Amino acid sequence: MKSQLIKGKNIVKDDWVTSELAKVEEIVKMQAGKVVAFKLSGEDYPANEQVKESIFPDTGKVLLPLKVFIHHQEKLKERLANGEIGIWFSTHEEIHKFIEAIGDLNNFPLIAIHVEKFADGRIFSIGSQLRNKYNFKNELRAFGDVLRDQIFFLKRSGFNSYLIRKDRDATDAIKGLDDFSDPYQGASDILEPVWKRNKR
Amino acid sequence: MYKYDQIDQKIVNERVDQYQNQLNRYLNKELSDEEFRPLRLQNGLYIQRHAPMLRVAIPYGLLSSKQLNKLANISDKYDRGYGHFSTRQNIQFNWPKLEDTPDILRELAEVEMHAIQTSGNCIRNITTDQFAGVTDDEIIDPRHIAEIIRQWSTFHPEFALLPRKFKIAITGSTKDRALVQCHDIGLEFFTNTNNKMSIKVWVGGGLGRTPIIGSVIKNELEWEHILTYCEAILRVYNLYGRRDNMYKARIKILVKSLGIEAFKKLVEDEWKYIKNGPNTINAEELSRVKKYFSEPNYKKNIKNNLKDYDPNKAFSQWLSRATNSHKKTGYRAVTFSLKETGCAPGDASSTQMKAVSKLADEYSFGEIRVSHEQNLILADVQEDKLYELWIKAKEHHLVTPNIGLLTDIICCPGGDFCSLANAKSIPIAQSIQDLFDDMDYLHDIGDLNLNISGCMNACGHHHVGHIGILGVDKDGSEWYQVTLGGNQGNFASIGKVIGPSFSAEQMPSIVKKIIEVYLNNRQKEEIFIDCVSRIGLEPFKNYIYKDSEVSK
Ligand code: HEM
Ligand code: SF4
Repeated sequence: MKSQLIKGKNIVKDDWVTSELAKVEEIVKMQAGKVVAFKLSGEDYPANEQVKESIFPDTGKVLLPLKVFIHHQEKLKERLANGEIGIWFSTHEEIHKFIEAIGDLNNFPLIAIHVEKFADGRIFSIGSQLRNKYNFKNELRAFGDVLRDQIFFLKRSGFNSYLIRKDRDATDAIKGLDDFSDPYQGASDILEPVWKRNKR
Repeated sequence: MYKYDQIDQKIVNERVDQYQNQLNRYLNKELSDEEFRPLRLQNGLYIQRHAPMLRVAIPYGLLSSKQLNKLANISDKYDRGYGHFSTRQNIQFNWPKLEDTPDILRELAEVEMHAIQTSGNCIRNITTDQFAGVTDDEIIDPRHIAEIIRQWSTFHPEFALLPRKFKIAITGSTKDRALVQCHDIGLEFFTNTNNKMSIKVWVGGGLGRTPIIGSVIKNELEWEHILTYCEAILRVYNLYGRRDNMYKARIKILVKSLGIEAFKKLVEDEWKYIKNGPNTINAEELSRVKKYFSEPNYKKNIKNNLKDYDPNKAFSQWLSRATNSHKKTGYRAVTFSLKETGCAPGDASSTQMKAVSKLADEYSFGEIRVSHEQNLILADVQEDKLYELWIKAKEHHLVTPNIGLLTDIICCPGGDFCSLANAKSIPIAQSIQDLFDDMDYLHDIGDLNLNISGCMNACGHHHVGHIGILGVDKDGSEWYQVTLGGNQGNFASIGKVIGPSFSAEQMPSIVKKIIEVYLNNRQKEEIFIDCVSRIGLEPFKNYIYKDSEVSK
């Protein structure tokens, strides 16, 4: 089964091609463990040669690894202007380090975040920062280990599309979006807390 | 106390449905063990030695008589007729069936209770002073903000899957009874120079295998900003806290490795853009919540007849240990001891729970509190009714006058129930209680906290016990390490290990020796912990290890 995409509240066809990073030794090592890599500081990820060796289609809508985009930025100008370029990065990459290099985030019709393990809740804070700190307005997608029981929280953290893990049924997952009807706190989808929305 | 409106009730009901569905998918094998684990944990469901264990939230330790009655009924219907009150002011059931858990939750929802976020890597139940709202050293009643934080943290989408659990404690009194310095976030209320409610914010405290006293991250935060400030702290923690090693995943490790100044800078940078944002609390919401905690109908001119009972020694002892001064003249806060010799500390039978529920209705406006020392409290009892209450509570073994004394032991479930344990803890507590069952002797020893944990996870707070006992595993057998000089409250400190560990059989006599050293050294009126601070560990070590019995 291929991963199904939920966008808003519907299952839709994914018209983006997700370009993966070139496989190198280091990556294998990093992803083999049960745990999600912890990066506070330290060596660059992905490694330079990996970025250079990554290839992607010459035409059409393509979702590029953040660093690959930065590497080819000059030659991608036109495609970016045509709305053909999106970027993705993993939960342990620190977007604030690259913000200057990539310019206005709203040039991208799509940003996607890869979550390797269900239990990795960094994705929520990344969503919240993209929406509220960096004012990203376009499609924000979660992919990787994305399951029914996260997507309510993902939605509330500013995501609006979800590529469900490929062994799971999106028609089931979509029900997760309705788990709670009137949440307490203000977050990225509903900004105001319940006491400001309602007369209590 | 706080009462649910339709919004609160709907969230709790929707949670029961969501959980029921998750459990069904798990039972139908649509969810793997690994996938179900974080889901059930978010709901207080552990898989333990004998059966699943269900932890039910008691927000900031406050219960109505109706709720306590429900807990009693649940323990009869789904468990073995008792419950365990925990150091985090919650209650745990040790023997429910997995299939029954949705029904239990449904019954709890009927009385505005739930098990939301009682475990798992999320924001846990908020804890506070068991005497909130009635104590005479209170500056600000912490329950209003505690309830607002409870709501804000419930299913907070961004903090549902943190690196590790996250505990917030709040105090509003001069004397800290909530251990704010030993929590991930500790909030200490005060009134600032403009007479405005403000908060001193502590961060990065915690016990467990790396006990650390928290650091102050903000000296003065005005109350309306508390949610956005907590959000900033949690966001930094969520993004940068370690996820590769669960023993290094608490916020305390992050704060320590970055240093409080660098950590604070990250927090302030996050706070900048959300400060004054939508989650800033307004006066309207504060007063809406405040209304629920308004004073009950206190009587005036209550006749204080307590002197009449002086000749009754048992009652007088109880009066001196188990009742606390109250902000209203004529009232006292009464603590029922769940530490009678022979019972597991913190356990209450369903008969006891029902009795306390009834007594709360008769004597204390229908409310009960749970303390982190694992006792139950009636906060508003008239002084002229104390004797009557004592007589009735005595029938149910609730009046052991050992509150704050050596046998008022804080103790985790340990090896009898917990699969993480290195050693049993309940039998150690019991053998110590057996040895010290002479009330006069206990009262002479005076204020002393003895805390026991079955492993370094420190659920029994052993680090901050004046005497701390920790179960350790040596070559597959159970041993106990002893620490002295730990303290909770405004002068929190972590106890120091006195030396090699002891066997279970040795433990009562070791405690006895510690007490002997204290009694021989104490100055007039000097309590145990002050004596330890003054004379240091040496005299204890010398005496205990002098004839170097078998110890490891
Ligand atoms: C029987 C099931 C239990 C299990 C599996 C369990 C597990 C744990 C673990 C793994 C920790 C260490 C967390 C860390 O340091 O990151 C911990 C800490 C703690 N637990 Fe438990 N626990 C159980 C029961 C209890 C009970 C019954 C209480 C209350 C009496 C309790 C209260 C606490 C407290 C206060 C801590 C303090 C450490 C801290 O938060 O810094 N736990 N528990
Ligand atoms: S301290 Fe250890 S033994 Fe005791 S309850 Fe906690 S995890 Fe279990």
